[in-house]
Amino acid sequence: MEEVKAMMAGNVWKIVVAVGDTVEEDQDIVILESMKMEIPIVAEEAGTVKEIKVTEGDFVNEGDVIAIIES
Amino acid sequence: MSYIEELQKRVQHIEKGGQEKYHQKNEEKGKLFVRKRLELLFDEGIDIEDAFFANCMDDSLPSDGVVTGIGKINGQDVCVMANDSTVKAGSWGKRTVEKILRIQESALTLELPILYLVDSAGARITDQIEMFPGRRGAGRIFHNQIKLSGRVPQICLLFGPSAAGGAYIPAFCDIVVMVDGNASMYLGSPRMAEKVIGEKVTLEEMGGAKMHCSVSGVGDVLVKTEPDAISYARNYLSYFPKNFREKPRTYEAKAVKEFEKSIEDIIPENQNAPFNMYDFINRIIDEDSFCEIKKKFAPELITGLSRINGKSVGIIANQPRMKGGVLFPDSADKAAKFIQLCDAFNISLLFLMDVPGFMIGTKVERAGIIRHGAKMLAAMSEATVPKISVIVRKAYGAGLYAMAGPAFEPDAVIALPTAQIAVMGPEAAVNAVYANKIAELPEEERAAFIKQKQDEYRDDIDIYRLASEMVIDAIVEPNNLRKELVKRYQIYDAKNVVFTERKHGVYPV
Repeated sequence: MEEVKAMMAGNVWKIVVAVGDTVEEDQDIVILESMKMEIPIVAEEAGTVKEIKVTEGDFVNEGDVIAIIES
Repeated sequence: MSYIEELQKRVQHIEKGGQEKYHQKNEEKGKLFVRKRLELLFDEGIDIEDAFFANCMDDSLPSDGVVTGIGKINGQDVCVMANDSTVKAGSWGKRTVEKILRIQESALTLELPILYLVDSAGARITDQIEMFPGRRGAGRIFHNQIKLSGRVPQICLLFGPSAAGGAYIPAFCDIVVMVDGNASMYLGSPRMAEKVIGEKVTLEEMGGAKMHCSVSGVGDVLVKTEPDAISYARNYLSYFPKNFREKPRTYEAKAVKEFEKSIEDIIPENQNAPFNMYDFINRIIDEDSFCEIKKKFAPELITGLSRINGKSVGIIANQPRMKGGVLFPDSADKAAKFIQLCDAFNISLLFLMDVPGFMIGTKVERAGIIRHGAKMLAAMSEATVPKISVIVRKAYGAGLYAMAGPAFEPDAVIALPTAQIAVMGPEAAVNAVYANKIAELPEEERAAFIKQKQDEYRDDIDIYRLASEMVIDAIVEPNNLRKELVKRYQIYDAKNVVFTERKHGVYPV
């Protein structure tokens, strides 16, 4: 089980996967908006999306858990 | 027994290192015997070895637990000190320290690179008065390292622990390669931490290779096996001259690797959309020539050695795919050390800019981002090797400065047609200047107003306007960039300047 964490503070701009989706390593999970940039947050390992802990528009801090992937 | 027989017998005994059970223990952990390591490291074994008989009156301490000598890597003489962890866990006695000091002093007088193959439990407490506090005590190892720094390349291959004071050997090296699972660095062991401060933690968490190569940044390169570490070091040295007086060797030029997509194809038009900077780097350097440093630490900034047309070039590149390519305290630290490394050994620099600026917010201010950023600016500014800045896309705010912007005496600032230089991006700028005005407008008029102001702003910072004002020196088609770089580095090779005269600067370290 992998916790996908925000690598920096920002707003959740887009959630690009849904619970139950199969994802590859390095695949985008959500895209943050921070410093006016699109910041993709990716899965570090392949698996199935078990939970998404944020909704679009949420503010997240560095280290906050965004999603949980089951490998 | 004849004299010869006695000598041979003693040599054989010493060459074997410590007791068989320690050899076995090492083997189980995937650790090679020190002499095997040296065999792999050198072109043809160690050429000269001194103080082989150190402490030979004590049968249990062959060579006093360290091998020191000189051998060849890529045809070049290099000095080495290598701990033998089969002898009292590679701990340091009086003679161990003296041997290390002497090989360092050889590196100083011969001006040769030095490698430290570290695998040591630290000080031999029983010998402490002889090896710890005095003029020729262990402290002098670090003093020598500091004196060697910038004169000759210093490389640390960490195969086992590097504990307490010993952890400063890696710290003073130009680069630290760590073997995952076996290498560790810490001032106080987990056992000591529990006793003294009440913290319960594993060795891996506190001082393991993964942690140091991704979190603390004390480690630079994480490898799986000892042979991997050794071949990394051999390749790394090929980018360097033997000392600061010389230039790196030029190799036969290799063509760029062939890709289906050109540079033009991979750069997104939308300045805010991410792309992978590695794809860009691989399209301008000689095929397979990238030797990355600190890959896992502060990945929003890429640093690595490469060859362009056979010549060594150090690359500092923003990575928009990680943290938007924004500069953080760690990325600034990483850049500062890498720039100093290249500048010390006459390796040209290439800055690839796609940077929205330095990170803002409470967290980074408390971490001293201003201080760390200033460090990067200082190192970059002071570098007198040929330096070329390429503005790939955005170069906003102090990001432009830190990445060798025009004010910092780069030999050339080259823009791609996608370049955008400004104090801040159009979205942020319009927001900053017109926030009150926008708030006063009826909601249905806001979007059109914002768009109009953003368009005006974009016109104002148009790259041709900046070329007209001679802020940048050239605008180059992306697919011609490599050709341009080859020509310029060839010409700038003649550069020979001194930054300024003084004892040394006072920097915000």
